[in-house]
Amino acid sequence: MTEARDIDILHYCRSQTVRHLILILRSPSEMINPLVFFLLVIVLFPLGLGPDPKQLSILAPGILWVVALLSNLMICMRLFVDDLEDGSLEQLAMARVPLSVAVLPQLTASWLASGLLLSLVSPLFGLMLGLPLDVAPVLVASLLMGTAIMLLLGAVGAALTVGVQRGGILLALLILPLYVPVLIAGTRSLNEALHGGDPTVALALLGAGVTGGLLLAPLAIAAGVRVSLQL
Amino acid sequence: MTTALLEARDLSIHKGLRQLLKDVTLCIEPGDLWQLAGGNGIGKTSLLRSFARLASIEVYGDLSRCDDVLYIGHSAALKGAMTPRQNLKYHPSGLCTPTDTEIDEALAAVGLAGYENALTARLSAGQKRRVALARLFLPSGRLWLLDEPFTALDVAGVAVLEQRFQAHAQAGGAVVFTSHQSAELGGLLSVLDLEQFRGD
Repeated sequence: MTEARDIDILHYCRSQTVRHLILILRSPSEMINPLVFFLLVIVLFPLGLGPDPKQLSILAPGILWVVALLSNLMICMRLFVDDLEDGSLEQLAMARVPLSVAVLPQLTASWLASGLLLSLVSPLFGLMLGLPLDVAPVLVASLLMGTAIMLLLGAVGAALTVGVQRGGILLALLILPLYVPVLIAGTRSLNEALHGGDPTVALALLGAGVTGGLLLAPLAIAAGVRVSLQL
Repeated sequence: MTTALLEARDLSIHKGLRQLLKDVTLCIEPGDLWQLAGGNGIGKTSLLRSFARLASIEVYGDLSRCDDVLYIGHSAALKGAMTPRQNLKYHPSGLCTPTDTEIDEALAAVGLAGYENALTARLSAGQKRRVALARLFLPSGRLWLLDEPFTALDVAGVAVLEQRFQAHAQAGGAVVFTSHQSAELGGLLSVLDLEQFRGD
């Protein structure tokens, strides 16, 4: 009876995703805050720039993407902090599942609660900035992929800086340069759609980014977590 | 290879520039109960963490151990926002996938029957410790590495834990724990005084 049972990786990932979803639902402010931030900025821009829909719709792709990037940064700053403090991170490292797999459920849960939610409501925000509704599919698709890449990249930085006191600025310095290509591809896809061009190239780049990120980022996150546990 | 659950040879542990422990040699076999003893700051927790392979950079020497390890550290990976039942069911170490009945039995064994669905944040320090230790009553690995398992426990809690240690050893497992108090473990206990391994 003392022998631990063999664990099946899929089952483990499912149970850990449930764990993180429960935690997110128990403190919904962590999920709502980035959305509220997003909404506030989108509301403020027309006030600052003037209500001319034509001018707003020119700037809208850039605004939407920069705000999505910043709210993603807010999420990444909180990513492993509680888990390091209460010992969850070291228990994660004790799991008999490779650490690079064991970190994925938390990212999945975070993405469901932030990236997915944000992408789904983004057409509404787009309308507020005068973005025509027929661009909405491109907006949603680019944000779905973009937030996933940014979360994966941000998690690498978060894993490295979680042990550092007030590592927020360090995290921003580390990962903002990596966000730049995502930002360019994202706004590019929207601009193309807006001006009657073909957004598929930029969207394909984002898709390649998600695939590459899913393959490589977990390895880097696991290495970062191991380093942070030594401190 | 022997059947040892953990074998350490000439292990030395460094923290920053200071050598905490040197030449630690230890062989843990099924049925062993080891208490790591020594004053504050001598390196009990560091040694235990090196056994758990949570501190690989600053550990030198040979260390081989079985994969079937359960480690409970100072902070017990409990989330205040979840109930004790959820904390055990979705534990990040994922060492076992307990059924609901097993979890309820484990919680009852540590005296927490009736608290299964309370918020963990509302429990007392001793009760939280008991939730963490309830993992020992689930199917949970052969080698237990426990950091200060007796802290915050009352007399009855300590007795329950000591009985559990003995049962685990008799079933072919082994326990390594750090503690300042002497445990009543019916002659099974070996004490490893870390003073003899103090580093330079």
